Amino acid sequence: MNTAGTSLDLLSGRSLAAGPETHDEHVARYGPLPGGGGPNDVIERLEASGLLGRGGAGFPVGRKWRTIAQRPSGGAVVLINGAEGEPWSAKDRAVMSVRPHALIDGLIVAAEAVGADEAVLYVGSGHRTARKVMTEALGQRRLPLPIRIVDAPERYVAGEESAAVHFINDGDARPTTVPPRPFERGIDGQPTLVQNVESLAYAGLIARSGGTASAGLVTIGGVPHAGVREVELGTSIGEIVSASGARREATQAILLGGYFGRWAPADSAWDLAYDPAELRAAGLTAGCGVIRVLGGAECGVEMTSQVMAYLAGQSAAQCGPCVFGLRAIADATERLARGMARDDDLARIERWGGQLVGRGACRHPDGAAGFLASALLTFGDEFQRHARTRRCGDAGRPARVA
Amino acid sequence: MVQTRSAPRLEPLIDRIRCDGYGICAELLPEMLELDDWGYPIMASAGVPADLVDYARRAVAGCPVLALRLRAQPAGQVQASLVPARPWRDRVRSAAGG
Repeated sequence: MNTAGTSLDLLSGRSLAAGPETHDEHVARYGPLPGGGGPNDVIERLEASGLLGRGGAGFPVGRKWRTIAQRPSGGAVVLINGAEGEPWSAKDRAVMSVRPHALIDGLIVAAEAVGADEAVLYVGSGHRTARKVMTEALGQRRLPLPIRIVDAPERYVAGEESAAVHFINDGDARPTTVPPRPFERGIDGQPTLVQNVESLAYAGLIARSGGTASAGLVTIGGVPHAGVREVELGTSIGEIVSASGARREATQAILLGGYFGRWAPADSAWDLAYDPAELRAAGLTAGCGVIRVLGGAECGVEMTSQVMAYLAGQSAAQCGPCVFGLRAIADATERLARGMARDDDLARIERWGGQLVGRGACRHPDGAAGFLASALLTFGDEFQRHARTRRCGDAGRPARVA
Repeated sequence: MVQTRSAPRLEPLIDRIRCDGYGICAELLPEMLELDDWGYPIMASAGVPADLVDYARRAVAGCPVLALRLRAQPAGQVQASLVPARPWRDRVRSAAGG
């Protein structure tokens, strides 16, 4: 049954390949954006919906809006975060490229609810189609506040919210020490609502008609039909990846949440419900919506090595534990993957990984530590085998050669 | 002035961007801080015990880049980021069988 707010309605309708939805098509699908109702009604709806942020951290959207709306005085800024620097994620680009007006609705609703007088669209500089479509769509709408588009540098940490604010203020896309957090002091010193693209688009839909936040976008990889999908929350993970062509018997493990996410063995992940709260209860995370299937012929150690190398290279290089710890972990993991492990490499990776948590200005080391911990759990036997025999896999195939 | 019995506990806060790994804090407050393999501090506990407050203040004063400070800990609230990471290691150890 499709009742208001419970349907999968962000990407349904016109196919993604058909290009951006025009404003007329958008209005035909949802009706005009209703005015009035008052900011408090909107925030109450959001809170009741249970919508959690879809950028990775999963912070309750309604609570964030309320905090900013309740400031004693002064202006505020809405920052739409479309940096999407996560290598395996494409869903925010999809929203901007094919459903621009749903995102703009979300912006208008947010600006009214929190009393913002300025907005910034922060979009990854590699996301050219998204930027072009958004520029055109914004030009077709009457907005209650001025908006500027800022190109986000193509760095992983550039999308971290304090880094985004730092870049927009000072041209430096590195995280800053918090507090103050952006909701306290952000762009031009104003309280700033930083909201991921997908979150804001769904917030706009929920603001119209209420209901439960029951759908989400995922970017599925490692499957025959990779790409962005809208899924009903609560659908089993196996069902989601099967629809993209994955087969259970050919699946070794599944990564949920991207580079800051968690691996789970296929057997334990397959029947789990894809739902942010349930995943969290299972020690996993929906994170930014990335679902990466690891096939039976792929090597978890090799995959871990590639991701840790990337994350080490993407450190903002401000905090010692991140700079030195991530690099050392990446190097040791690479030695394991290449069959060149030193005797204590695995033990060191475990020790260093455990020391990363909470030791950076931003959550980059924490995210990497979570990924690594889950990899060590999920691919524990494989890591041991690489460490002991310096070979890869049950069949004893040689480890990756440089 | 009336001294309340539940004076707020102090918690050490490290500005990780400022910290350059001099390691003086861990020398002056080894009960609470240890150093990693590169000389950067690891916090062993979230609150400063009453008998260590003077030492903690000395460690704050001793940091050459002013990266360490003490903050009154809100009652009943422990900063998640300051909780020691031991459960992580235990989980990994037990699962990895090592």
